[in-house]
Amino acid sequence: MLALRGAAVLGAAALALATASAFAQSERQEIKKYQRMTAENSPVELWELEGADLWKAKRGPNHVSLERCDLGMGAGVLKGAYAHLPRYFADTGRVEDLESRLVTCMTTLQGLSEKEATKRVFGNADKPSDMEYLSAYIAGRSRGLRMQVSTKNPKEKASYEMGRALFHYRAGPWDFSCASCHGTPNKRIRMQELPVLSSKQGARGTYTTWPGYRVSNSQLKTMEWRINDCFRQQRFPEPDYGSDAVIALTMYVAVNANGAVYRGPGTKR
Amino acid sequence: MPGPMKIRATLSGDYTEIRVLMSHPMETGQRKAQGKLVPAHFIENVTVKVNGKTVVEAQTSQAVSRNPVFAFRVKGGSKGDMVEIGWVDNKGESNKTEAAVA
Repeated sequence: MLALRGAAVLGAAALALATASAFAQSERQEIKKYQRMTAENSPVELWELEGADLWKAKRGPNHVSLERCDLGMGAGVLKGAYAHLPRYFADTGRVEDLESRLVTCMTTLQGLSEKEATKRVFGNADKPSDMEYLSAYIAGRSRGLRMQVSTKNPKEKASYEMGRALFHYRAGPWDFSCASCHGTPNKRIRMQELPVLSSKQGARGTYTTWPGYRVSNSQLKTMEWRINDCFRQQRFPEPDYGSDAVIALTMYVAVNANGAVYRGPGTKR
Repeated sequence: MPGPMKIRATLSGDYTEIRVLMSHPMETGQRKAQGKLVPAHFIENVTVKVNGKTVVEAQTSQAVSRNPVFAFRVKGGSKGDMVEIGWVDNKGESNKTEAAVA
């Protein structure tokens, strides 16, 4: 009798499991549909337009534009630049991501101090930052091109390796690492599925849609912001803007995404 | 000063698909910042003209999101037709832009 009841309970559990997975399946489809609908009507192009104006605007003590800025493809070449970043730059002797490279150009070309160039890097809905506009514009010039981030230079290789180490480094009051959330499949926070950024598939889907427009707060968020906010959620100290640690993590995800077609700037929840 | 606008108008069979992006805070007048109500500031009127002829006249409210995107389907049209879209908000500010049907 007891055994029989056990079997019945087991049957019910199996049934519940089957419905749960069917539910998850349809739920996932609905989320996909929602993501598609928001992407179709994204105001992200407005950020690109503002960024284009900023790129050409004569600014700073030297009163010059950023049009001679070398993002790795030659001075002023924007096409494909984002799909090749982060990369090693001989003039600074370090690996730079888009945003730290823009800071370099603002200081060397426009004559701003580093403090001035990084005074307001993360904006808000009422007043987005210059960096957000510029990121959207420059990233958009790689739309449709394949991600091709190099690790040939020893410093690029070192940055990638540091990124991988940081990704798995557990610390902080909650003993978290990036991998705690982004290391195993089928995890999510509320509606957001958490991509496995150490995998090719997860990194590709994510990296190729950042920077992204956040529908929920009407702001475009940059890659530096994204990593900065992950640190915050892990209760880590706030990293410096354009620091080697942030660039290394960007490098890690970017290299994992190599070969995928860049589709950004994307649209997020 | 109003931010940028962008129009995309494409001919699709026997109708023209018009899509427009606008920068606007679209404040409802209900939101508080630092304990104070943020005054209402939203687009009240949107006008779409094709070759100078008004084809859509819309009254909009606070219910529309920040940085709104609108899409319209207009019967007929041909390549090169000029589409002009303008808005006026409750503070009397306005902006407009135009683009050719592609």
